[in-house]
Amino acid sequence: MNVLYFAWVRQKIGHSEETIAHSPELRTVGDLAAMLAARGGGYAEAFADPKRLRAAVNQIHAGFDAAIAAGDEIAFFPPVTGG
Amino acid sequence: MSANIHIQVEDFDVSEEIDALTREQPEGTGAVATFTGYVRGDGGLSALRLEHYPGMTEREIARIAAEAGTRWPLSGVTIIHRVGRLKVGERIVLVAVASSHRAAAFAACEFLMDFLKTRAPFWKEEERGGGAQWVEAKSSDDAAAERWRKA
Repeated sequence: MNVLYFAWVRQKIGHSEETIAHSPELRTVGDLAAMLAARGGGYAEAFADPKRLRAAVNQIHAGFDAAIAAGDEIAFFPPVTGG
Repeated sequence: MSANIHIQVEDFDVSEEIDALTREQPEGTGAVATFTGYVRGDGGLSALRLEHYPGMTEREIARIAAEAGTRWPLSGVTIIHRVGRLKVGERIVLVAVASSHRAAAFAACEFLMDFLKTRAPFWKEEERGGGAQWVEAKSSDDAAAERWRKA
């Protein structure tokens, strides 16, 4: 899976993109967020409060209960502030 | 309905965009409504930095434009959103909507802005003094988008 980070999520984690191997226990966006938070450091800071985060799967807005699979592009970011 | 969607660093010319949109209408268009957003200099703000999610941004705006096209009889839409560093007073966003009637053009323009603000993956960072701070999403923007669900 290709995992992308934007805005302050990217800044806390320290990079904008990484490849993470899919595994059977990573069934949802929330499972991936929990796995990343457990890495500690900037990841723990970025994922400390999931309510402050939004996600997309394959460039479509998705909830933390959305299913993920090998090959997906998954993004984490703050609520959007364009316009 | 034609949808012209551009994410760009460069500025845009509102008048040229209106002309381009009306030229696309073989029968002529009855109305074009436009909204232009500018960087506001609130509270000592010197500039905004706009980041976006390349790929998803264009797709999400296309989805929003297509939805507007199902709600109102629109002949064309142009949406331009700038990214990068923008100083106070610079243009950020343009929404231009062509329709045969003004009510549809006005309503669709407002709908598009409400959904651009709450769905399109852009993030603003404010430069003030020496520092920079990410803008928090506003619940009033969510409420503005939400009222279209009930409409």
